[in-house]
Amino acid sequence: MTAPLLSIRNLTKEFPVRLGAFGERAATVHALDGFTVDIIQGETLSLVGESGCGKSTTGYCVLNIQRPTSGSVIYGGTDIAQLDDDGMRPFRRDLQIVFQDPYATLNPRMTIGEALAEPILFHKLAPKSDIRSRLHQLLADVGLSERFAQRYPHELSGGQRQRVAIARALACQPRFIVCDEAISALDVSVQAQILNLLLDLQEKYGLTYLFIAHDLAVVRHISDRVGVMYLGRVAELAPAAALFVQPLHPYTRALLSAVPSTDPRAARNRQRLEGEVPSPLTPPPGCRFHTRCPLARAQCRSDVPALREVAPGQSVACHAVSSPDATNWEHSPA
Amino acid sequence: MNALLDIRGLTIDIERDTGPARVVDGIDLTLREGESLGIVGESGCGKSLTMLSLVGLLPNRIRATGGVAEFAGKDLLSMSSEELRLLRGSQIGFIFQDPMTSLNPVMRVGAQIAEALVYQRGLAKPAAMARALELLELVGIPSPRDRLMAYPHELSGGMRQRVMIAIGLAGSPRLLIADEPTTALDVTIQAQIVDLVRDLKDRFGMSVVWITHDLALIAGLADRIAVLYAGTVVEDAPVDVIFDRPTHPYTRGLLASLPTLSDQPMSRLASIAGTPPEPGRRPPGCPFAPRCGLVTSACTASVPRLAPVAGSDPAHRVACFVTAPEGGSA
Repeated sequence: MTAPLLSIRNLTKEFPVRLGAFGERAATVHALDGFTVDIIQGETLSLVGESGCGKSTTGYCVLNIQRPTSGSVIYGGTDIAQLDDDGMRPFRRDLQIVFQDPYATLNPRMTIGEALAEPILFHKLAPKSDIRSRLHQLLADVGLSERFAQRYPHELSGGQRQRVAIARALACQPRFIVCDEAISALDVSVQAQILNLLLDLQEKYGLTYLFIAHDLAVVRHISDRVGVMYLGRVAELAPAAALFVQPLHPYTRALLSAVPSTDPRAARNRQRLEGEVPSPLTPPPGCRFHTRCPLARAQCRSDVPALREVAPGQSVACHAVSSPDATNWEHSPA
Repeated sequence: MNALLDIRGLTIDIERDTGPARVVDGIDLTLREGESLGIVGESGCGKSLTMLSLVGLLPNRIRATGGVAEFAGKDLLSMSSEELRLLRGSQIGFIFQDPMTSLNPVMRVGAQIAEALVYQRGLAKPAAMARALELLELVGIPSPRDRLMAYPHELSGGMRQRVMIAIGLAGSPRLLIADEPTTALDVTIQAQIVDLVRDLKDRFGMSVVWITHDLALIAGLADRIAVLYAGTVVEDAPVDVIFDRPTHPYTRGLLASLPTLSDQPMSRLASIAGTPPEPGRRPPGCPFAPRCGLVTSACTASVPRLAPVAGSDPAHRVACFVTAPEGGSA
């Protein structure tokens, strides 16, 4: 196996909050708990889960945009989770992010050209005289004509803005990009264009993506590996091919079953998950999924299940699943 | 069976300083009693405006300027605001996309549901509260007696949407219009809401119009699907026909660009190049022509009409010169 680009160990993030009308009660939001994974050079690792499962927090903590409460992120031999803002700066050009909302992430008073040139000049990646050709190259990479350099964000459609946001992430020639719900706000036909663009750029520049999304069908399209998160913990981590054919964690199964199908006949009988995600302020003890799990037993209410590899490359955090076959599920054959 | 709702040639314009800009351009839609219709299209295709125009809720400076919309035989577009007020809630219920902005934040949810009942049905306050409790039970809210006294901010997104549905159902409407009610919700909650609306429809025999941008979502919900593009209906067919034999190039493109759980991983999606036209900048001829791979000279010369597709289901209608040539032109 190739060496990991990023080694993430026990990454944990807790947010202290004040509750009550006058902030008289202190509480802690357990957003991310013990996230551990190696991200391999050139792969796309996706994180999926429902709102509040900690997938975006993971992206922010990996990039040290939000300082993790504990844990480490090793990049090129350095634990970047320990660095302050100044220490992070040289690493920022390698590690970039594309956000969900292209309306909010572009400065409305800067032309597209200025927005793209800023990181290049800041990191001194090219002399001023080369900026023009560099801009055209970037715009061409994301499928926009060079005329766009003179435009302002409000003159662009949502899909065009997201292309600009991607171009800006590319401006520093990064090795790693976090895509935080980067296509979720786009219409279906445009979403497909941007997905294809991300795949093309990955091939061209050998990029590594951490792709954060809630749409499982999209994730299947773009990922090598997928981590399914629930209430701040990884429930299942598996190669995309395995996860969608043979989901092992009961939550993964429920999530897959909730995805609307384009086959009207299949759509009419699906398996349902009852209830809602508990609050991350008071996560349930033991396995955090036990309150909604059809397989829950006494052990699940007290012991936290460890993430164990039960099939090649496929790890599951569930007491009831010890191997692909030794579960009390009725399996669809893989 | 008679049509409960019959929209013919509806046009809606935005009044701008530079003159009117057309956003809905001659929509034809019918809905029978007890039928559920899915209206699918991307942002700005006019799907929400079409439905809002029926109940007189269009925003300022946006007006229905032509066509008729008959509900149970009466034209909604020519009704006075007083007549429409009586119709809203009792005959036509509405569920909006964002329950946080549609619910009153300083009013307990029980009172918000009861308000509709006092107003629509003339119930006394205690009777209305009792009925509100029944409605909360009906929409599957756990411990409904306690929730009656809750404020919207104390409920989760899924619970708020259930309250919205309870309000929409309070007047026992014959037609329920759901405008993207699950867009803000997680997939597992979305699936719960879709099931709830389907069960309620079957129990009360309501007609349902479900507006969405997600074709897959309504595959299991709608009897019939109308695909909108740039303010016109481009294809209208029973749900199985839309998925088995999509005919309009836009419908085909939409279906192909939808990632599914059975695709090959890492494969490229078929995407539709370009973006929909801006209101007021509609191309001459077929509005989809500039993005269409099958475009011919006829497409840019005149506008194709919605017409039956030869050899397909009798209820299958498509507006396209190329894929449904029997359609003919205006």
